[in-house]
Amino acid sequence: MNARLLRYAWVLAIPLVPLVDRNASHINFLADAGAFMLLALGLNIVVGYAGLLDLGYAAFFAIGSYAYAMLASPQFGIHVPFWVMLFVASGIAAVFGILLGAPTLRLRGDYLAIVTLGFGEIVPQTFLNLSQYTNGPNGIASLDQPTLFGYAFGFNPVPYFYVMLALIALAIWLANNLRESRLGRAWMAIREDELAAKHMGINATTAKLSAFALGASFSGLAGVAYASKLQLVSPDQFQFSVSVLVLSMLVLGGMGNIAGVVLGSFTLSLINNFVLPQATNIAHAIGLTVDFTNYRFMLYGAILVTVMLFRPEGLIPSRQRRAELRAALADPDLSRRENAEYTQASG
Amino acid sequence: MSLLGLDAVSKHFGGLVAVADLSLSIERGSIVAMIGPNGAGKSTVFNLITGVYEPSAGDIVFADRSIRGLRPDQVTTRGVARTFQNIRLFAFMSALENVMTGEHARMHATLADSLLHTPRQRAEERRVRERARDLLRFVDLERASDTYARNLPYGHQRRLEIARALASEPTLLLLDEPAAGMNPREKEDLIALIERIRAGGVTVFLIEHDMQLVMSVSERISVLDHGEKIAEGPPSAIRSDDRVIEAYLGRAEAAP
Repeated sequence: MNARLLRYAWVLAIPLVPLVDRNASHINFLADAGAFMLLALGLNIVVGYAGLLDLGYAAFFAIGSYAYAMLASPQFGIHVPFWVMLFVASGIAAVFGILLGAPTLRLRGDYLAIVTLGFGEIVPQTFLNLSQYTNGPNGIASLDQPTLFGYAFGFNPVPYFYVMLALIALAIWLANNLRESRLGRAWMAIREDELAAKHMGINATTAKLSAFALGASFSGLAGVAYASKLQLVSPDQFQFSVSVLVLSMLVLGGMGNIAGVVLGSFTLSLINNFVLPQATNIAHAIGLTVDFTNYRFMLYGAILVTVMLFRPEGLIPSRQRRAELRAALADPDLSRRENAEYTQASG
Repeated sequence: MSLLGLDAVSKHFGGLVAVADLSLSIERGSIVAMIGPNGAGKSTVFNLITGVYEPSAGDIVFADRSIRGLRPDQVTTRGVARTFQNIRLFAFMSALENVMTGEHARMHATLADSLLHTPRQRAEERRVRERARDLLRFVDLERASDTYARNLPYGHQRRLEIARALASEPTLLLLDEPAAGMNPREKEDLIALIERIRAGGVTVFLIEHDMQLVMSVSERISVLDHGEKIAEGPPSAIRSDDRVIEAYLGRAEAAP
């Protein structure tokens, strides 16, 4: 136990970063990376724990962000405080998690992915087309800035950094609790064998909807924090590429394992928002006109292919996922056979 | 007193009649077997009882209440547990986790408890873990507690599935070919295990092809052929029943 605690002692140094590194753009980067880490932790509940492949996760990020934009801005003259909105928006996102999850309950694997992909497209389109409420493509601007005991956050990234840190700590605590609980075991069981899980007395409907709702609520938190920091929401922030980016974070880091998810999301954020822009700056400084940020998708692709080839279970996988994948690779027909059996047994 | 009663239950799949007008009664505290040739509809009967299928006609009564049309998880909560013909353990969960999952129906942790690990939740987890260990000991698998289910030898997997089923504290346990793939030694252990389960107050209803096991362990036997019950009675009567012999071996040609 003590050795394990020591291994994580470096975490205590993270809050000190803004005191050491006075470069606002670095802190700004870290705060944005925090929002994506929250998203990854939320999607991990849906995909990693419950095994429900969701390709439209950005929809809940959009819902959380727009909830803040509509309820804490001059748009309708409503100004709900930021701290209250964290709860409200995660609640709204959870409700939509249930609404969008309910029609997909009978679907598995590829079919579920296709339907969630559709939802991921529908939600930003809806915000785009409800222009009388959302200003369409222009989005909603000058969102309220959070204040804490009279201190206004303004455009300083440092307080946002601490908010993200607190939210991530909360999310990790909750996700960790879930894994070792009645509900967490129910999710694992459903992922392994849904019919057998039902025979354990597990109500698969409520278990799956709980996963959708909890996963969505994390992205509601991320949406509020991200929108308030950017002070602007617009439909193009929530495109399919966001869902793919967050899923890639899980694949790279290791699905189902919190340390893996944290590492994967931080690595991709680092490449996306730090390494590539810096490389571009350096290139420009030495007289090259190349813009490396244009190659980000090529780079993701290369990273994902490399991961799939050499370490398909991700950088820090959960013990279980690793064993599953190894077995599936050793016997490629395994999952197909199990699915056929399932269809047979459930008529 | 009857614990489980099937009352004129039928199940059609399109034009195929899998179970036809089947009536059965299982006494509380007994060990009852169902035998019959392959494809006779035995597993379908289990699937009807546990809510995988809904009967096309007829009623199923468990502990004086109809369970017809209930979902599998509701049937389990009422007190019916089962194993599967082709083992369906949670392959990548440890033996202990498999049994703990089996206790789901008897646990009370809500979503909030699971999220926040309330003191109540932690106390329950400790109890559930302790009981799972007891059950593993009961089926003589305590040493395998941290092994993934799929890495266990076949006979152990069968026993683990029984422990997982018992974890839901059933009053009726359905065993679907529990001896399949077991060697004679393991079969003997299984017979003793079934007796011990019954001694603990659980009624056992099993499907089995191994006649030696069926004859030695069960008090009553029902014989199914083409979805119909063709015989029912104590082992001694079944052994010499002409229709049963015919169903298994075919009709003897009349001597010329």
